[in-house]
Amino acid sequence: MTLSVERYSHFMNSNAIEVSGLTKRYDNLAAVQSASFSVPRGTICGFVGPNGAGKTTTIRMLLGLIAPTSGTGTVLGHSITEPEKYLASVGAMIEGPAFYPALTGAENLKVLATMGGIPIERVAELIDLVGLGGRGGDKYKTYSLGMKQRLGIAAALLPSPELLILDEPTNGLDPEGIQEVRDLLKKLASEGTTVFVSSHLLSELEIISQHIVMLRKGEVVFAGAIEDLLFAQKPTIIVKTENPSDLEKIVAIAIAAGHPAVIRHQEAHIEGPHDWAATLNRSAFDAGIVLSQLHPTLPNLEETFFEMTGGR
Amino acid sequence: MFKVFAAEWRKLRRPVLILGSLASSLFFTVLVTVFMFKNIDSPDGNADRGATIGRPILESAQGSITAVSQVGLFLGITALCIFAAQSAQEYTYGTLRNLLVRQPKRLKLLAGKFAAMKSFAALIALVNISVSITIGYLLSSGANVSTDLWFTADGWGAIGRSTLNIFISIVYFGVFGITLGLIFRSPISSISIGVIWSLILEGLLYFVNSNIPEWTPVTQFNVIAAGGSEQVSYTHALSLGTGYVLLGTLISAFLFAKRDVAN
Repeated sequence: MTLSVERYSHFMNSNAIEVSGLTKRYDNLAAVQSASFSVPRGTICGFVGPNGAGKTTTIRMLLGLIAPTSGTGTVLGHSITEPEKYLASVGAMIEGPAFYPALTGAENLKVLATMGGIPIERVAELIDLVGLGGRGGDKYKTYSLGMKQRLGIAAALLPSPELLILDEPTNGLDPEGIQEVRDLLKKLASEGTTVFVSSHLLSELEIISQHIVMLRKGEVVFAGAIEDLLFAQKPTIIVKTENPSDLEKIVAIAIAAGHPAVIRHQEAHIEGPHDWAATLNRSAFDAGIVLSQLHPTLPNLEETFFEMTGGR
Repeated sequence: MFKVFAAEWRKLRRPVLILGSLASSLFFTVLVTVFMFKNIDSPDGNADRGATIGRPILESAQGSITAVSQVGLFLGITALCIFAAQSAQEYTYGTLRNLLVRQPKRLKLLAGKFAAMKSFAALIALVNISVSITIGYLLSSGANVSTDLWFTADGWGAIGRSTLNIFISIVYFGVFGITLGLIFRSPISSISIGVIWSLILEGLLYFVNSNIPEWTPVTQFNVIAAGGSEQVSYTHALSLGTGYVLLGTLISAFLFAKRDVAN
């Protein structure tokens, strides 16, 4: 079997998504400003940013729903200006589930399956897979928020996608549902599906993602492996004192030693290498301060997110 | 395009939609047909604005479809509402984004949806024509109207022509509805503007200048269903109506193909 040049480049392209200088402007507002990032194939990539950062606009451009003002992009090796070449291999749930209220859950999926030339038998499989077995015959308008979300995920999985794009898939799900989605995404990624998922549950993304793309005010502030992001952050020492009023003294000691420090939630957060914790402990002892906790740590994704996006 | 057509019919075949559409259109068809035969000898007339459609017309080869030809406006408005709602609801429900992910060729999607809606309109037209002819036939003896010519070759020809004209009229009203639906992206706005234009504004324009209806779209669509009128010829209505429909199709195709899908 011989491959065409286009198919060959498609297989050889190691990134499921690549965008360069992608920009979308509405009048004077830049919803997305010169975004450049890539998503390696077969990985789970988290897509994070505050509300209004441009996540959904970016996803819509990747799916051919919105025309970029400038910039280029490829999905599964094809230009985003030709979505018909790759969307058959892409499943997506954008900005929450959207279905016809008067149709049943199963019939809603059948509309999409018929439209995409996907075997109708797959609808029943997916209804069971997402935990809607027994409710597929009920009208969509009777579904709870969590059930609607599950149906949206089922719709995204209809084409057995090479690339799955999910916008806030865990909205409205209970903890058990969130766990199920997490396991499902991991399973899909282990089978070779690339998952590009936006979520506000950063702790969830930290657990499942290998890559992160972080947006702020339409601009990419980080794109790469999640380890690179977290290791690039300054290590922090978290200190609690027996007497809460001593926290300010601890902060003063840290600042005097050249380590920026702040008090958050009755804890002192001090930027500094882990081995400086022993020095701090001695200084506190010399000042007559009893420490009840001294915990060197790396910032987690949530803390990094707030630091990089200017929150808190 | 067949996949889009089949997918669209999954939505259109809902009993509530089919029965609701048939019920609303049949209400006017049955009302006008019964009124025409029951009041044939009434001094107040048996047709629009006190006019009388007498036995010579009802007994002619065209007699069987005379009543249903008078309700073209109501059949058309039913189609306008359905077409407008079916196209605008994709925006309000946000379902268009799902459809475009599965069928990214937008014009193919629009053409498939339009073909499905046309077949739905054909169903409405056929049922209304059949019911009107059946009721007319059942009431004919009581109204002392002979139906001898209804089912001759000329009679069947008239039924065929009328069916085609009503179908064209319904489709033209439907294109008007789709255009409004795609412009306003809201079923309520598009339907209310379409109905107000059809039932009120064109009527008001008549009082401003009685020649205006010769050029307004809804009058042309209505005249096509009736096979012509005293004021507007069938040929004029068909050519001008087709012009409006082509313009509406161009606007719809442009908006659907080029506009960002941001909801």
